[in-house]
Amino acid sequence: MSVDIDNVKKIAKLSKISLSENEIEKFLTDLNQIIGWVDQLTEVDTEKVAPTFSSFGAEEGIKKRSDVISDGGYREDVISNAPKSEEGFFLVPKVID
Amino acid sequence: MTSLTELCLYEARDGLKNKSFSTKDLILDHIDAMESSRKLNAFITETPEIALKSADLSDENYANNTNRPLEGLPLGVKDMFCTKGILTTASSKMLSNFIPPYESTVTDNLWNNGAILLGKLNNDEFAMGSSNETSFFGSVINPWKKNDKQAELVPGGSSGGSAASVAAKVGVGSLGTDTGGSIRQPASFTGTVGLKPTYGRCSRWGIIAFASSLDQAGPITRNVKDNAILLNSMCSHDPKDTTSSLKVVPNFESSLGKSIKGLKVGIPREFFQDGMSDEIIKMWDNGKEWLKNAGAEIIEISLPNTKYALPCYYIIAPAEASSNLARYDGVRFGHSVNSNDINEMYELTRSDGFGDEVKRRIMIGTYVLSSGYYDAYYLKAQKVRSLISKDYSEAFNKVDVMLTPSTPNSAFELNEKCDDPLSMYLNDVFTVPINIAGLPAISIPSSKDKSGLPLGLQLIGKPFDEETLYSFANIIEESSNFVSLDDKWWIK
Repeated sequence: MSVDIDNVKKIAKLSKISLSENEIEKFLTDLNQIIGWVDQLTEVDTEKVAPTFSSFGAEEGIKKRSDVISDGGYREDVISNAPKSEEGFFLVPKVID
Repeated sequence: MTSLTELCLYEARDGLKNKSFSTKDLILDHIDAMESSRKLNAFITETPEIALKSADLSDENYANNTNRPLEGLPLGVKDMFCTKGILTTASSKMLSNFIPPYESTVTDNLWNNGAILLGKLNNDEFAMGSSNETSFFGSVINPWKKNDKQAELVPGGSSGGSAASVAAKVGVGSLGTDTGGSIRQPASFTGTVGLKPTYGRCSRWGIIAFASSLDQAGPITRNVKDNAILLNSMCSHDPKDTTSSLKVVPNFESSLGKSIKGLKVGIPREFFQDGMSDEIIKMWDNGKEWLKNAGAEIIEISLPNTKYALPCYYIIAPAEASSNLARYDGVRFGHSVNSNDINEMYELTRSDGFGDEVKRRIMIGTYVLSSGYYDAYYLKAQKVRSLISKDYSEAFNKVDVMLTPSTPNSAFELNEKCDDPLSMYLNDVFTVPINIAGLPAISIPSSKDKSGLPLGLQLIGKPFDEETLYSFANIIEESSNFVSLDDKWWIK
């Protein structure tokens, strides 16, 4: 499969990355090269193969902890890296009119 | 007087125990070495004040005989590990102002074992790269040069600072992370020993996530014994990581010197590539010979799906990365670009905060996960992953370890492969399959190419059998007589 300009614009939109016209051209070339190369996986017969999402778990299983609060109570720490905050809240641009 | 930085990890440990010198002496020499190696650009953040303060505590502990396993030993830490109150950047503009309010489990384990932080090490941005050239803080320079002493070379990546600092004898060891070869490839390029443990051996909690089903922390050291000692203090079961193993952590140091007589070494024929250099072939042959001389049996094996590992990885890793890196939104932490519109704020923040390689991978990941392509790419790759894993589990019914080269070539020049993402990706052809199968593997410096640059052999082990890897690695180390770097040109 190959990627066209509209695909690149759509992917950039979904990725929430703004791209200049020059960058769109550059990523179009890069993405086509990479996608073209990974396309070789179509040669592999996987009809009767189940997917593996993690190499862990077959033996031990993914662990679950009991559903109790084990953490918290440090709002100042959580907010300490925020670019903008006020009264212990993260600040974002206005979202609703 | 010779600098105490000449001592490797276990020598420094023994010297401190015997009170031949104080922790403070050791730390001062390493701070000096760190400052005089700035040309290599291995460190993003130096933490000499913290190191000196910790040295006082360690000296007290030695005086009171309450010293812990790594008491007083200076380590560098890849800037992918969150360190409480200390800048942690992932070598990205996006996190160039991030001060974590918490400590990663692996580094916490090391400090509880008495180790001392020397500084935070440079890497490829978000650990995406094979040359350390994608860092927002600039490239790391390999301490090794070719015989002609001319061009500056890359240290490999993504743990380039971790490998370069150890090769330059700044710190007695370092921490790296390995998602597709990011410990083993730079170890091979810098004549150091680098191990990627079994997936689940080390906690991933507090490590900045790249591809969560593949990421593992591991040690880079000057020799195999140091590596085993450091790994011991890194591992633990961590309830904060659901994929952290409950398996008992053995004493890795005691597997050194164990006999390998009668054990079987698999040589995967698919790792032999057309156009492979004579030097790599010769090193591989030497490796087989050394292990045979130590009593192991060499067996040719087949891993038929090897050629699909790299394309499979370049679907899975970007897919997971695109999801993991969605958190960088300019709202809660990190870099942020102002706008009155929230969507525009996200887009401008991410456009300005991420470098090209990171953007490339987020976009590939978004594409392979997007509606209409999910089955054809992402699901397909996860099925191929099953086949690759099956190749390994079947082969490990017949052999105890596998032996391959670590990389297809030695260190290359800065800017040599920057403009061609695919040729950069091909650097990881021998290391990537191991992450896909979740296995442990180690790179050991084994020979030098004709221009005098180090080359590494890779040993691949069964799940949670790092002990056998260390037994074999020890034999390769003893047989190879590899001479480590002695020309500190960057000080002149």
